[in-house]
Formats: sequence, structure tokens, C-alpha cells
Amino acid sequence: MTSHAPLSIAHRRRHPLARVVVLLLALVAVGVLYAAVTGSGTASAARAAATPQQIEQGKELFLEGCSSCHGLNAQGTSSGPTLIGVGAAAVDFQVGTGRMPLAAPSQQAARGPVSYSEEQIAALAAYVASLAPGPAIPTESQLEYADADLAEGGELFRTNCAQCHNFAGRGGALTNGKYAPSLAGATPKQMYEAMVTGPQSMPVFADTTLSPESKLAIIKYVNDIQSQPTPGGLSLGQVGPVSEGLVLWIVGLGMVVAAAVWIGVKAS
Amino acid sequence: MSGQGHEIEPSEPAGAPSAHAPGLPPHQQRRADIDPIAARRAERQVALMFVGAALMVIAFVAAFVAWPSVYTTFTLPVLGTVSASNFFLGLTLGLSLFLIGAGAIHWAKKLMPDVEEVDERHPMRGTDEERAAAVAAFERGTAESGFVHRPLIRRTLLGAMALLPLPVVILLRDLGPLPRERLRSTLWSDGVRIVTDPALTPIKPSDIPYGGLVSCVPESLAEVEEEEGTLNARGKSPIVLVRLRPEEIRSQQGDDWDYEGILAYSKICTHVGCPTALYEQQTHHLLCPCHQSTFDLADGGNVVFGPAARSMPQLAITVDADGYLVARGDFDQPVGPSFWERG
Amino acid sequence: MSTVVKAGGAGADYLDERTGLSKFMKKNLGKIFPDHWSFMLGEIALYSFIVLLLTGVYLSLFFKPSMTEVVYNGSFQPLNGIKMSEAYASTIDISWDIRGGLLMRQIHHWAALLFVAAITVHLFRVFFTGAFRKPREMNWVIGVGLLTLGVLEGFAGYSLPDDLLSGTGLRIAQGITQSVPLVGTYAAMFLFGGEFPGDDFIPRLYIVHVLLIPGIILALITAHLMLVWYQKHTQYPGPGRTEDNVVGYRLFPVYTAKAGGFFFVVFGVTALLGAFVTINPVWMFGPYTPTQITAGSQPDWYIGWLDGALRLMPNWEITAFGYTISPNVFLPAAVIPGILFTALGLYPFIEQWVTGDKRHHNILDRPRNVPVRTALGATAISFYLILWIGGGNDIIAQSFDLSINAITWTLRAMLFVVPPLVFVVTRRVCLGLQRRDREKLLHGYETGTILRMPTGEYLELHAPISDTERAVLLGHEQYAPLALEAGPDDNGVEPKQGLSTRVRARLSRAYFGEQVPVPSDGELAEAEHHAHELAERQRRQIEG
Repeated sequence: MTSHAPLSIAHRRRHPLARVVVLLLALVAVGVLYAAVTGSGTASAARAAATPQQIEQGKELFLEGCSSCHGLNAQGTSSGPTLIGVGAAAVDFQVGTGRMPLAAPSQQAARGPVSYSEEQIAALAAYVASLAPGPAIPTESQLEYADADLAEGGELFRTNCAQCHNFAGRGGALTNGKYAPSLAGATPKQMYEAMVTGPQSMPVFADTTLSPESKLAIIKYVNDIQSQPTPGGLSLGQVGPVSEGLVLWIVGLGMVVAAAVWIGVKAS
Repeated sequence: MSGQGHEIEPSEPAGAPSAHAPGLPPHQQRRADIDPIAARRAERQVALMFVGAALMVIAFVAAFVAWPSVYTTFTLPVLGTVSASNFFLGLTLGLSLFLIGAGAIHWAKKLMPDVEEVDERHPMRGTDEERAAAVAAFERGTAESGFVHRPLIRRTLLGAMALLPLPVVILLRDLGPLPRERLRSTLWSDGVRIVTDPALTPIKPSDIPYGGLVSCVPESLAEVEEEEGTLNARGKSPIVLVRLRPEEIRSQQGDDWDYEGILAYSKICTHVGCPTALYEQQTHHLLCPCHQSTFDLADGGNVVFGPAARSMPQLAITVDADGYLVARGDFDQPVGPSFWERG
Repeated sequence: MSTVVKAGGAGADYLDERTGLSKFMKKNLGKIFPDHWSFMLGEIALYSFIVLLLTGVYLSLFFKPSMTEVVYNGSFQPLNGIKMSEAYASTIDISWDIRGGLLMRQIHHWAALLFVAAITVHLFRVFFTGAFRKPREMNWVIGVGLLTLGVLEGFAGYSLPDDLLSGTGLRIAQGITQSVPLVGTYAAMFLFGGEFPGDDFIPRLYIVHVLLIPGIILALITAHLMLVWYQKHTQYPGPGRTEDNVVGYRLFPVYTAKAGGFFFVVFGVTALLGAFVTINPVWMFGPYTPTQITAGSQPDWYIGWLDGALRLMPNWEITAFGYTISPNVFLPAAVIPGILFTALGLYPFIEQWVTGDKRHHNILDRPRNVPVRTALGATAISFYLILWIGGGNDIIAQSFDLSINAITWTLRAMLFVVPPLVFVVTRRVCLGLQRRDREKLLHGYETGTILRMPTGEYLELHAPISDTERAVLLGHEQYAPLALEAGPDDNGVEPKQGLSTRVRARLSRAYFGEQVPVPSDGELAEAEHHAHELAERQRRQIEG
């Protein structure tokens, strides 16, 4: 700026701090772009923060459909455990698979028809998440398992999951009428949420002891075994030798004994 | 028998069958017996089955060539997605065998004579003369051998034969090592870090949430396995870590064997040794899937159901200087199934 | 003469000059075998054994019986890079990389299940028809031996692939061995070459499975068949059949065709099973490691009852003076099967002692005519079945949404309540059937045609039974229990009877006790006369 020429409008528009502001805006833009592209490591920052309206909607739905068992403040009653700290993931899992609301008290909540719409489930999840920090709903990027190690997933599955859910994920019995359900129809999101929240009898497999990569490997393996062909023929439910023995006695022995009877019967 | 002198008389059955037996029922002719057209038809049916079998063999060869990979699949109703190779090889092989059999049976039933014939049964035992001759031959042989009236030979022979099985038994000694104290110790000892299975990462207490279950092994396991080349160490040392709230723990096998509510129990069932890892988070029960032995981990691993008689051994744990969970020593009892010298 | 006939003649001449073949052929080509489908059950076992030998040889060409650890590098992706034994890796290769390998594995396994099942139903037939009586007691014992060996062979066979499921079974076997008092730990160490799992067991099991047991089975089968050959087969009572003959068809050509054809049928059925139904998909179980296990771990069906016994047994253990005895393990795993198999093997001798019956028996019993034996057999089967169901209690709980604990308790109770009940009911049913047979002999069978007489009475028409059926029903042997010698002898001395004599007489009475007598000739004649009279009366009344 060398002369005392009259200040033009353009000059006056350029505020001395303009450069600083532009730089700050640029930084923020890059930061948002980076976060949007890579996603966040910590679950709690992953989702767009729940809006107050969502939380309010969730609270209303909660009071209507859940508070009778879980208490007006979700602190729990004799009919249902506390939901404080269970996180959005637990709600998304339980309500999203139709396990909750529990129609009648029973030994175990079973998978069933879903009673709420996706929007309502999100609202309920947001409300419960607002009560105390807990596992959040995994994002799309967190569920990308295409690059996971299939064989490692198998090892992890057999060490951590097969003892309850059976080698093919067909489920198994627990004590006193409880059971580990079949994994057929479970989506990757639901599997992840179940591992992280430990619904009902299922233990909690936190990300600190079963890393997210391990979880993705397990999910990949479960998807693989469920879509694997059964090269040997009819699969008999993949519960092991019990069904094979039944088929042998009924079909196998039946056929050869029928042949024996045919041999013995007088021809006409 | 009673040996008291009076023989018990076996009673004879009344109404023995032969008294009432009519002769063989009259033979009923089959169609093919009387009608030559029916016979030719039966013949053609049999031939058709044999031809079918031959065709199936050709189809088998074709299937073998057509599908070199088991991985090629196709979907069938009811059966699902099956391997084309396995299905067609099995179908053609099975049918070729079955048709040969069915053809032979059909041939026998329709065309071969089905007149019942009778064969006499002769007494199994030898005649009295045969028996006497046999006895005489045996007695002569015994007498000639001197076995009876040369007791020195007899006794020394029997003595030597009696000892002969000994080398057989003794040779088996090196089948395996003596048990000694092998069953009493595992890889765990004071300061051995607890690592996850199969990732082998060490664990900090804060890593385990309430209701968590972690399958773990000793840190030294990988090295030992590499050295030994077997899974033996893995057979005794796996444990499960669970975290309860301190007020939920009703009893333990030793004072303060837990660490801030984290309990370490053996994973090997005390019944017959299956890995017991079905942990019910809410009841704190550890269930073995083999025979349903149930252990209450909140109550010192005591058995609450099932055939296991002893509680699950607990491992005392603490943290080391870096904050990772470590064992405080080995188990205070042998893990796994019971044995005689267990004590 | 055609070339074939000429060549056949030359061949026969060659052999006869050297082995005397014609003498054998003269006697045996026309050997008579009775014809009934229930006599072919043993054949199913024989043919499945041949199938096992053939498919087994094929598998042994590719299987590697070694526990050496390898890293899998084959085509099956879900196991890529996983450490496993060579045994398991070779089984995966057979299943996925060798054409026909999976088929052979499946046929082999289905045939193994069929082998034991066939022996079992054959055993039932022999038991319930009393074919084990003199002169066939030894054959029965050989048969029980074959059953035991078959079960052991099957266990060894499915454990060879060293997969997670069968490896768990080996661990259980080791735990059971270890629990045997005094020698358990030594036996377990010697068996496994050290601690479990070691690296000796699969190779040792392999030799047992492909050489030792098949060799013994072959020898026993040969003895078993030779006895059947020389003693001639038994037959059901019927027209023309007596204790001193065999009625049936000749070996050549009828039985050659029927039995030979049946072999192909059995082989074909197992091959079709191998094509249509998956069995033992070991690639899904993963390799064996002692830290892993699957829910729903069961053995193959013929070991299921032992697993069930282990599950149902309460947790009884005794510790004293520094020693531990585990009845909770060795009672169900050793004592119960020991008692059952010993009782099974000794049964012909026990029955002979009770009945005092030393005669040859070539005519079979109809099960209804020996109610106590039939009831005993049914009781044993019910006991076995309850244990067998117990072996699958977690699968039942899972499939029907029940509590596994409740199922276990229920089965425990049933184990004591059901067998006696089955005994009583079966015996009653047999006696009821005997009564019906007697009615049929006396009055013919009910036709269901009701006649209303002009006088107002309703009569059911009975038709006479056929001669064949008459012969069968009259073939009912009437036994009388052993009588103690009663009364004093000439010098007025009462006969002394030892305890075993009295027990024997008591058991004999219980064994035969209640029987429905076959109508005597007089009763039959009278009934026939009565039937004629009735028919006459009806005819007169109808004709008016």
C-alpha cells in the first residue's frame, strides 16, 4: 500500500484479519473432509450427534413401551435390568431384532418381528445413549469386512463363539431353557452389536480384548459358512452326528430292509 | 448243577411241531412260469436294469471328466447347493450298483425256480464209533507223547510257556512315559503373563468389561508349543477370565485370588476334560457342552449341575509392574479329569 | 459247445485236479437256505463291511496318519494358513482336491453307520427268535464280539481325521481312561505316548483301524459264516418245516442271485447316500485343538448311549486317604457297558441254565411264544434307548425349546421307571397275542361279516385259517419249567437242594410261568365239530 489514493470498496471489504479467517475456515473444511472420508476410530464420535428432538422422541417412546419393565428413568426394576450405560448399540440390537419389547416374561428373549420403525429405533437408541456413555452403533465403514482374514476369523470363531453357537452358527442349548440362537439371518451390524454389548446370557466381547479387526474377521467367517455350499449333499441342519444317525436308521436302514423284504416276498 | 446228587429233569415240550406238520404247501405258479410272454417281459425288465447299470458306468466316467473340481456347485431343490462332482459321481455309481443288484434279484424272483426244496439236517455230533475212534486216537497220542506220565517234562513245559507272554508285555513298557507328576503342573507360575487366545496379546484389567469373557493361555505357550511340537501344554493351561462386580462374588478358592473382580478359572472340565467355555454372563455359570457340567464362577467354581464332581480350579492372579494381568503361581490342584493318585 | 463253456470246463478241470473242487461243489452248490427277509439282516452287515474295506483301501491311499503340525496351503480358503495336523490336512485334501474323494469318504462313513446298525437289528432278530440256542451259542458269542469290535472300529475311524468334533471325543476317552482306579494314569500315558493329545495317538489308532481290528473282524466273520454254513440256517415254524430239515432254495442259482444282488443293492444305497446327504463335514469343524469346542458335541450314533450315560450320571466321586475314585465316570463309561455286553454275551448260557433245555433247536420261536425273553429284550432296548436319547439332550433342548436340565432329570427318572414298565407291558402283549393265536386255532379268524339271524341273534362269521398258518400256530413249543425232584426217595430221605438249584427252579418257573396252551388235538377236533354244527344251523336257518 504505497499511496494515499482514496480507499476503494474492495479495499474496505478486505478486512486485515481476512486472511486469518480464510485460513481458519480452510483448516476446518479440511478437518471435516478428512473426518468424513476416513471415519473416526472411536465409536462415540462416529455418528452425527443425536439431535435433541430425536432424544425427546426416544424418551417418549421409551416411557410408552419400555419403562414398565426398565423403570421410568431406565434404572431398572425387578422385571428388567438397568439400561444406563448399555449404549445405543444394545438398543439397536435388541429392538432391531425384535427381541425387545418382550411380549411376555420368559427365560430368554427371542428374535422376532420388529415392533418399531428404523426411525423410532434410532430415537430410542439416541435416548438411551444420552443417559450414559456406552457402545455406539457401528458405522458402515466399521463394518467393512471384505478385507478381513477369513481363516483367522474361523480360528477366532471356533475359540470364542462355536462353544455356544455351534461350529456352523446354528445355535446351541444353555442351562435351564436358555439358548444361544442360530446366527442365520443376523446382519453384520447385529453381530457386531451383539459381541460388543453381550445381550442376555452372551458375554461381552469388548473391543479391547477382541479387536474390531478380529470382530470383522469373525463376521466375515460367519457370512462365509452360512453361504458356503454343502458339497456332500443335503446338510441335515449342521448339528452333527445326531441327525446323521437318525437319517441312517430311517432312510439308510429303511431302504436296505425294504430291499430285503422285496427279496423275501414271493413273486407273483 | 447243585451237586447234591439229584439231577433236575429237563421237561419235554408237549405238542412237538413235527406231529402236526402238514407237508410243504403246494407250489403256486408265477406269471412267468405259465405265460411265456410274461417271462419275456420279465427277461426284458432284467436286461433293462443291467443295461441301465452299464449306462450309469459310462455316465460316471463322463461325470469324472466333466467336473474336475469339487468346487463347481449347482443348486437342487431340497438338497441345496451341492458339488456337481460329488453328486453325479455318487448318483451314477450308486445307480449302477443298485441296478445290477435289482436286476439280479428280479431275475431270481421272476424267472429262477421258486419251488421250495428240502434238505435233511444230519446230527452234528459224530457217531459213537467216530467218537470212540477220536478218543482212542487222542489217548494214543497222549500216551506216546509222554505228557501224562512224564511229569518233569510236562511241568517244565508249562512253566516255560507260562513265562512266554512276559516279553510281549514288557516290550510295551516304552509305549509311553510314567505319569509321575506330569498331571500336577501346568505352564502357569508366578509372574507368567496372561495372553488372549489365539491373538496372544497381554491384557490390562481395564480391557475387560463387566460381563466379559476372555479365553486365555500363558504367554510362554507359543514358545513351548514350538519346542515340543505337540498341543500337550495347550491341553492343560487354557483359562477363562471373567469379570464380575466385586459384590457378586460370593466365594473364591483362595483369599483375594481375583483382581478387582476379574476371576481366572481353568477352562478344562473336571469331568472328562472338554474345554468349558460357555459362560452365561447373567448367571455367572460356566457350562461344559459335552455332558452339561455347570460351574458357578461366582461361587468358587462349584458344580451346580451335571456329572462333574469337583469345582473348576481357580488361578490366582494379579497385575505386574506394567499393569498387565499375570498369574501368581500355578494352580493349587491338578486341572482336568480326576485320577486315582490325585489326592 | 461254446468257447465260454469249454474254457469253464477246462478251468474247473484244472482246479479239481489240484484241490478236489468237484467234491465241494457237489455237496454245496445245491445247499438249501431258508427264505425270509429277516434272515438277510446279517448280510447287510457283511456287505457294508465289504464296502468299508473297498472304500477304506481307497482312502488309505491318500490319508496321512500323522499328527505332525503343518500349515494348510490347499484350495479350501477358510482354512488357509491355519496350523493343523497332517491327518486333518490330508482329510481336507481328500474332500476338496481329489475327484471322488469326498464321495469315498461319505460312502465309507455311511457304510460304517450302516454296519453297526445292521449288526444291531440282526442281533435283535436272533435274540427275539431264540436262534442263539444250542447249537448256535458260540456263534452268538462271536456275534457279540463282532458288535463290540465294530463299535470300536467306528470310533477309531471317525477319530482319524483329527477334527475338532472327534478330537473332543478322544479327549473324553482319555479322561475316562485316566479315571480308572490304580492304573488309569499309566494306561492313559501308555495309550497316548504321554499327555493328551501328544503326537502318537493318530498313527496308533490308524494301525488299529486299518489292520488290527479289520483282521480280527475278518477272522470272526469267517468263523461266524462257517458255523452258519455247517450248522445250517434256522427257520421259522411253518408247513413242512421240522427240526430235522431245512426248507428253502438252493444256493446256486437262486441265492447266488439274491444274495449277490443284495450286495450290490447295499453298496448302491450307501453310494446314493454318499451322493445325496452330507455326513461328517470335517472342514466345518476345524482342526482339533484342546482349547476349542463346538456346542452340540456328539459321537456317532452307536456311541451315543455311552455319552448319554455320562450325561445322566450324577456327580459321585469318592476321595479317601489321598486317592480318588470316580464312579461318575467309570460307572457309565465302563461298568454299565461292561455289564450289558457281558450279559448279552452270556445270555444263551443263562437261558439254558434257567430252562434246563439241552436240545438242539433249529425251528425259531415266535417272540410272542416266549414272553419273558421278549420282555427282557424289550426292557434292555428301552434302557439303551433312554441312554441314547440322553446323549442328544442338548440337541433336543435346542430343537424343541426345552430346558436341558429338565430333560436330564426326566431321563434320569425314566431310566428307572420305564424299563420295568416295558417289561410288564411287553409280557402282557405277548400273552395277549398267544391268546389270539389260540382263538384262531379254535375258531378261525374274525371276518367282520355280521349275520343277523331270522331269530334275531347277531353272529360274526369266522373263516378257518389257512393250512400254512395252522402249521405256524401249532409250531408253538410248550415248555414246562424245571421241576425240583419232589418227595422223599425210597428210604424216606428228603432230597437236599442247594441254593443254586432252588434259585434255578424259581427262575425257571418265572421264565415259563404263564403260557397260553396250544389247543390239544381233542380241543381242536371239538372246536371243528362245533364250527360245523354252527355252520349247519346257520345254513338251515337261512334256507328257511
